[in-house]
Amino acid sequence: MAIWLDHRSKVIVQGMTGSQGRKHTARMVGFGTRIVAGVTPGKGGTTLTVEEDPIPVYNSMREARHATGATVSAVFVPPADAKAAVLEAIAAGVGLIVCITEGVPVRDTAYFNAAAQDAGVRLIGPNCPGLISPGRSNVGIIPPNIARPGHIGLVSKSGTLTYQMMYELGDIGFSTCVGIGGDPIIGTTHIDCLEAFAADPDTDVIVVIGEIGGDAEERAAAYIAEHVTKPVVGYVAGFTAPEGKTMGHAGAIVSGSSGTAESKKRALEANGVRVGRTPSQTATLVREVIREQQIMSAAWRV
Amino acid sequence: MDLYEHQARDLFEAGGVPVLRGVVARTPAEARAAAEALGGGTVVVKAQVKTGGRGKAGGVKLAHSPAEAADRAADILGLDIKGHRVRAVMVAEGADIAEEYYFSLLLDRANRRYLALCSRSGGMDIEALAAEHPDQLIRHPIDPRVGLDAAAAAAIVAETGFAPEDRAEIARVLTLLGTVYADADATLVEVNPLVKTTDGRIIALDGKVSLDENAGFRHPEWAALRDVSTENPLEVRARARGLNYVKLDGQIGIIGNGAGLVMSTLDVVAYAGEDLPGTPRPANFLDIGGGASSRVMADGLDIILSDPQVSVVLVNVFGGITACSEVAKGIREALKQLGNRATKPIVVRLDGNAVAVGLAILEEYDHPLVRLEKTMDGAARAVAELASAAMGGN
Repeated sequence: MAIWLDHRSKVIVQGMTGSQGRKHTARMVGFGTRIVAGVTPGKGGTTLTVEEDPIPVYNSMREARHATGATVSAVFVPPADAKAAVLEAIAAGVGLIVCITEGVPVRDTAYFNAAAQDAGVRLIGPNCPGLISPGRSNVGIIPPNIARPGHIGLVSKSGTLTYQMMYELGDIGFSTCVGIGGDPIIGTTHIDCLEAFAADPDTDVIVVIGEIGGDAEERAAAYIAEHVTKPVVGYVAGFTAPEGKTMGHAGAIVSGSSGTAESKKRALEANGVRVGRTPSQTATLVREVIREQQIMSAAWRV
Repeated sequence: MDLYEHQARDLFEAGGVPVLRGVVARTPAEARAAAEALGGGTVVVKAQVKTGGRGKAGGVKLAHSPAEAADRAADILGLDIKGHRVRAVMVAEGADIAEEYYFSLLLDRANRRYLALCSRSGGMDIEALAAEHPDQLIRHPIDPRVGLDAAAAAAIVAETGFAPEDRAEIARVLTLLGTVYADADATLVEVNPLVKTTDGRIIALDGKVSLDENAGFRHPEWAALRDVSTENPLEVRARARGLNYVKLDGQIGIIGNGAGLVMSTLDVVAYAGEDLPGTPRPANFLDIGGGASSRVMADGLDIILSDPQVSVVLVNVFGGITACSEVAKGIREALKQLGNRATKPIVVRLDGNAVAVGLAILEEYDHPLVRLEKTMDGAARAVAELASAAMGGN
């Protein structure tokens, strides 16, 4: 099992004919994700051939959804078009929208996130790598071959730290890894993922990766204390980040005394989460937790 | 991007928000001319720095004549206010203030909407106000699909408890500020104080505005707002090449891919240097992004190697989309261009996509300055030791 999508999920790629869309559609198809259609206004009626299979392109999400019955949309459009694309996906009635696009104005994100919430549609991102359940499903840009299927659930603001952690724990394996993105406003949060992992019978341990900016990690810590009985291991990046500087992600900024890595680490630790000092130490903690809890199933003993 | 007060004032004025006249001056003579242009009466000379607490630091002074305005400007220009050198002042009309209020509209990250804050007790620092008089600070959530419209403004002025006769005008001003916030793609519009003058006018007497850099593509006018004179020249150069670079104060140049991994690399390097002589630290943040080409990598290395504070460089890449082969080619390209001007050791840790090809390229190139490390922790230790040795001269 995995959270939010599985190998049967049919996926539409918005912006499939653009350079990013083409590249990552090919990768996702190579992994086995069921990409059933693409949407590019003005290119309806054409196809994109991947591994000798032509994928139909439609002018609108409504047509694509009507023709295919897909329930997931992956958004690869340029930042200026992201708002229109996500609103179109919501109106077309998909249940999950994964917005990979980086550099979306926060006013646009605030708008389409509110619309998604009202419509009961799950939005992941924007500015995120998407989500992967190794061996089962992959929507977005997470490299599929780093880790095997297993029972660690991972949620992270950062793409490359997700990959790094998947790599370090690749032998143990993951149920689902969700890159929620590092923008100031995002759809799916750490807490949403914690809730889903807590309820997922296939997830035994949860890894929470955070970084400076905002207070999502502090709120996640409070949620863990109250609602999560599975062991949680954390990592926070940005202890050396100076105040007032945006560190790559639009949301990664320490403002005055708020949003510091120290505050996030303290909040997580105060609520029973073991927090690693480095990515590799975090991986070691996960291994320790697994040993202690004796939750390794026979299936993943080598 | 944060704006100077005078830029915020101009933005407000363009949006129809009532403000007082103000003129920027960079010398005492300009300040005198500005005071004359404003009628020769009483003016306020205000330091233009992007930080709070100007008044306490002596950065805001009253002047009753153009000559006095020049003197006050001379006092203020060159001051250091919380690390910000004052390079300009705004000479602004004076006002007879009857009451001072507080208003701001900002991004509420936690609740994923906007938040309007309003109080009848303005003029003081907002954090002090929130701490000392939380009951006097109204918090009103704003739906991002609607924005701060007339209805929201009417609700805010009623909640704040403004005198009934002032409500309509204050609500009108708040609505205009709401439009400025949306149209300018701001993430913060703060007016402290918003004043009522003795003749009953409502005026934005000060302004603090932050703009969302992601919206830059639809605001060509922002290019004129950027003040490169106060920015680090390496940051300016990096931005011109589309690189995500932040200058820090250490000795170890850092290049990586992905904001999270680079932040993490800075931390791991700082830890590795903690107990070494000289406690070497990271010199910068540089994220080459996903899927970077060898060109981007070479540009990044070029920026970092031209930082005189840097004694050693760490390249830490986990190839997800980025191919390690491109990173390796970029390193080779940059070193070839530098020729014998390259003197700083480069420690490289590559993993992930196309790592075998990347390592093979560097092994074959076999440059004496390039050292390969297998893990992030090992690479961090190596650069910290090299930097520490360079500092101690041993």
